[in-house]
Amino acid sequence: MKPFAYVKPADVEAAIQAAAQPGARFLGGGTNLVDLMREGIEQPDTVVDVTGLPFDTVDDLPGGGLRIGALVRNSALAADRRVRERYPMLSQAVLSGASAQLRNMATVGGNLLQRTRCPYFYDHASACNKREPGRGCDALDGFNRGAAILGVSASCVAAHPSDLCVALAALDAVVELRGQDGTRRVPLTDFHRLPGDTPEVETVLAPGELVTAVELPPAPVAANSRYRKVRDRASYAFALVSVAAALEVRDGVVTDVCLALGGVAPRPWRATEAERLLVGGPADESAYRRAAEAELAGASTRRDNAFKAALATATIVATLRELSTGGDPR
Amino acid sequence: MSTTYADKTASATGKYVGRAVDRVDGPAKTTGEARFAAEYPYPGLAYAALVHATIPRGRLTAVDTAAALAVRGVIDVLTHENAPPMKPAPKVSFLDLSTLVSGTPVNYLATDEVHWNGQPVAVVVAETPETARYAASLVRPAYEELPAAVDFAAEEGNAVPQKGNLISEAAADKGDAPAALATAAHSVDLTFSTPPHHHNAIEPHATTAVWDGDRLTVHEAAQNIAWTRRHLAQRFGVPEKGVRVLSPYVGGGFGGKGSVWAGTLLAVLAARATGRPVRLALTREGVYHTVGGRTPSTQRVALGSDADGRLTALIHTSVSRTGRAGGMGEPITAGTRHLYASPNIHLRQNVVQLDLLANTFMRAPGESIGTFAVESAMDELACELGLDPIELRLRNEPDRDPVGGQRLAHRRLREAYALGAERFGWSTRDPRPGVMRDGRWLVGMGVATAYHPSMRMPANVTVRLGADGTVVVRCGLQEMGMGTATVQAQIAADELGVPLESVRFEYGDSDLPSGPGAGGSAQTASAAAGVLDACDKLRRTLLGLARRVPGSPLRGVRPEDLEARDGGLYHAGRGQTYAEILAAAGRGHVEAESRAGMLGFMVRTLRERRQWVRAATGAQFCEVRVDPDTMEVRVSRWLGVFDVGTVINARTAASQLRGGIVMGIGMALSEQTLIDHRDGRIVNASLSEYHVPVHADIPRIDVQWLNEPDSTMPLGLRGIGEVSITGAAAAVANAVRHATGRRVLDLPITLDKLMG
Ligand SMILES: Cc1cc2nc3c(=O)[nH]c(=O)nc-3n(C[C@H](O)[C@H](O)[C@H](O)COP(=O)(O)OP(=O)(O)OC[C@H]3O[C@@H](n4cnc5c(N)ncnc54)[C@H](O)[C@@H]3O)c2cc1C
Repeated sequence: MKPFAYVKPADVEAAIQAAAQPGARFLGGGTNLVDLMREGIEQPDTVVDVTGLPFDTVDDLPGGGLRIGALVRNSALAADRRVRERYPMLSQAVLSGASAQLRNMATVGGNLLQRTRCPYFYDHASACNKREPGRGCDALDGFNRGAAILGVSASCVAAHPSDLCVALAALDAVVELRGQDGTRRVPLTDFHRLPGDTPEVETVLAPGELVTAVELPPAPVAANSRYRKVRDRASYAFALVSVAAALEVRDGVVTDVCLALGGVAPRPWRATEAERLLVGGPADESAYRRAAEAELAGASTRRDNAFKAALATATIVATLRELSTGGDPR
Repeated sequence: MSTTYADKTASATGKYVGRAVDRVDGPAKTTGEARFAAEYPYPGLAYAALVHATIPRGRLTAVDTAAALAVRGVIDVLTHENAPPMKPAPKVSFLDLSTLVSGTPVNYLATDEVHWNGQPVAVVVAETPETARYAASLVRPAYEELPAAVDFAAEEGNAVPQKGNLISEAAADKGDAPAALATAAHSVDLTFSTPPHHHNAIEPHATTAVWDGDRLTVHEAAQNIAWTRRHLAQRFGVPEKGVRVLSPYVGGGFGGKGSVWAGTLLAVLAARATGRPVRLALTREGVYHTVGGRTPSTQRVALGSDADGRLTALIHTSVSRTGRAGGMGEPITAGTRHLYASPNIHLRQNVVQLDLLANTFMRAPGESIGTFAVESAMDELACELGLDPIELRLRNEPDRDPVGGQRLAHRRLREAYALGAERFGWSTRDPRPGVMRDGRWLVGMGVATAYHPSMRMPANVTVRLGADGTVVVRCGLQEMGMGTATVQAQIAADELGVPLESVRFEYGDSDLPSGPGAGGSAQTASAAAGVLDACDKLRRTLLGLARRVPGSPLRGVRPEDLEARDGGLYHAGRGQTYAEILAAAGRGHVEAESRAGMLGFMVRTLRERRQWVRAATGAQFCEVRVDPDTMEVRVSRWLGVFDVGTVINARTAASQLRGGIVMGIGMALSEQTLIDHRDGRIVNASLSEYHVPVHADIPRIDVQWLNEPDSTMPLGLRGIGEVSITGAAAAVANAVRHATGRRVLDLPITLDKLMG
């Protein structure tokens, strides 16, 4: 890895200052950044370790919401009693990701900014517009079983790998950012960008801007929620497809639903079309299927990932069925 | 050494043999005291890193090393333009088995030719590993590209018949199988495919190389130090006796450390060029790019039977690949020769040559993927016949070898299936597909036969008994975690009648008497033969000493009548301790040696092959659950019942058998190396994207063995390293077929292949 300077600022102003230099990168748990540095894909001149900043608590918000500090470790987030009670899908999403060791290190801020697992992104020998804008995309006609099917472009089909973010997208989370110009708040669903013809720009984060917190609004519906992750082995694999869903049914009618998908898009994918079709409709399997199919109608698949549309549909149906019957899906 | 061991098998269970004793290397490994190849400190140690080609085939036109050399701490950058010469790899010869150890004939850095995507084209040597790796990323090779054939599927049509060799024929014909198939009452004709695989041992390959004049010491992660030593001596043109290869601990091999690959040679070369001790520890990606894996395959299996399910035709043909840069022709149909009685058998192996890194031995080469195809086809035939798949197999169980007609040394598949069916609750299986359920899960149960030949290699062993009662057994074999050192110590303790604690087993050093490699599931039996022989000689020597002493209670006793126990030799209640014998003879110690000449060994092996067919066999039972929404497959239960002869150590044996099953589950459900069809680049060269099973994928695995000695093998034991991966993938595929009604012909069985 390329030699770099390491700083560990004691306060947020100093951190933002340090990160304003070109070639600087924040360091959270390092579970993604350090990997990418080893591969030479990230080559920062300065690494600004933010784990000394006081953003490592989960706090109650008025009305039943939660404010999650950007430096809360993934494992602490998953274990938080309030998270487990109010937003079970969030805890499940975190626990379905990576391994216990990685979750103990990984931070919420770092999780939001982790980069794609597209294998061509990881290998210098291959063409990747995300790594080297303009070089081309080897995934288009190469191995693309893990690639996205929604929101893709001709320059990039890489999927966003995070599980946590899928639950956050379903829960209307808001990301709090601090930069040299002060603080701003961005809905999580607007935080990540679609690739278009600039796949190297992955978020709306300005250079040097720091994620300080993620806020969850109160969501009574989320008490009945679930995160379902489908993958090639039982643990320690990224999602082929994942579904974060919360559902409220009254008298056989869907009265509230939150639905987001992972593994299928360059960003955590809020399934707004499916939600629109579901609310006010019958809580039955054929309605779930129609809604899911409508959400995936725009899917654009390639050689190896054509199955993802059907898999996403099946997983949405199965997850909503489970939530509406309150039973074990198995 | 005699051909039969009937005398020894009678006492197959001794004081230690047969017992689940703890591993002798357990404390060293758990405390971290055990040193692996990349952990030996040397003053002035330098670190090497490889630069890999990024094209599949061509010539280097230049290698720009300026930026790398400018990095502080870089000692040297070796390329084909400045590297000291290395001799070419010797041609393969069965008179010198060490010639088998060359991974590829490509002479790294002595050539400007690029033969595969990932071939090392430069080596950076630096003061720290980080510096070496960073500088390696700055080396810029320039190429003239040449057309390359890298796409197995596209090139398959160009396959040519594979050449056989002395111990593995590539074709067989008996009767007229195609004609019999055409007229069979029932038949199946299926084409299977399996992807490339990689070993992924927990310890990436590593070498620490130290020159002292023409003397060379190499700490190496190797499965065969004797061959490695000879190979290094040949490549670097130095006397073999000055080369020492040390490999006391190896963090898993599975065939991947059975050959000498680039990392080893280039570490030695870098040490020679820089005059410094050099360590080269490969990255995981580096292992993928420089150490061969398993070939992909396409296999046709066609079976014909009469109305009762008796096979009338058995056809198994395969296409695999080798590299233009060498590689092992995988004996895919080798096991099929021995599996089922059939009057008509047709076996063929074909290979296509690609511009990829040479492939190599990987756990049960041939049988692993061959049994997937044959045992899946047998299951399909059972479905076609409406016959229980176990019953179908039993109806076709041979009495003699189906192709060669030899006697089967020991075959207890009927017993294995009977015990397995009972333990697994096979009778609860509803034969109709897709009807068994557990809640929403679809449940399926499948079986398959496991088969792996029992082989032996020459082993030289010395045994030394000291006056203080300590026994030192010396044999330059290797311990990769299988329990080798433990079981050989158990055998020696029993043979000499001493406590296990007083036996020290020295291994993993090429200065020791040369031992068998850890391969072909042959090491335990091979070394056991040597240990038995050396202990026998030692007892005779001791008896000779004792008999010379007037008044010795052993006077007149014949060696055959001796009993070694309680630290001495006895007959009919009378005898002497070793200490007494040595004291009376005025000796501090005695030593005996067992030597196995290569030529004699080969002659005997070939003779025995005409006489016997020896194999470890087993019955694999698998239960899966399939999610009906997503078609995710989870293995929920496993039972393997094996006929592996005498089990020396129940604990290490169970681990070996379970490990193979875990790898078989990986092969069935998730493992595959992705090689880009455009440029031959391995796309998933990491443990994150090459999916070996994780704990959550593996249920409790029940392993059982019949524990009946094979009277033709030393102590009645057979190798157990590989048998349990065979049949495993088919057992999963058959269980999935039962759960879902779908036959997946193409490994791995990922959910997309079961959807829609
Ligand atoms: C083997 C493996 C398997 C994995 N499996 C999964 C999985 O199944 N599901 C899943 O969701 N994830 C998985 N992960 C990814 C893991 O979740 C992420 O690596 C982790 O969440 C990143 O957090 P971190 O704190 O370590 O980030 P870092 O590595 O420290 O940083 C990642 C990025 O975020 C930036 N950054 C960090 N903190 C901030 C901040 N506060 N503000 C602005 N920028 C910031 C860094 O500059 C860097 O660009 C896996 C990772 C590995 C290595």
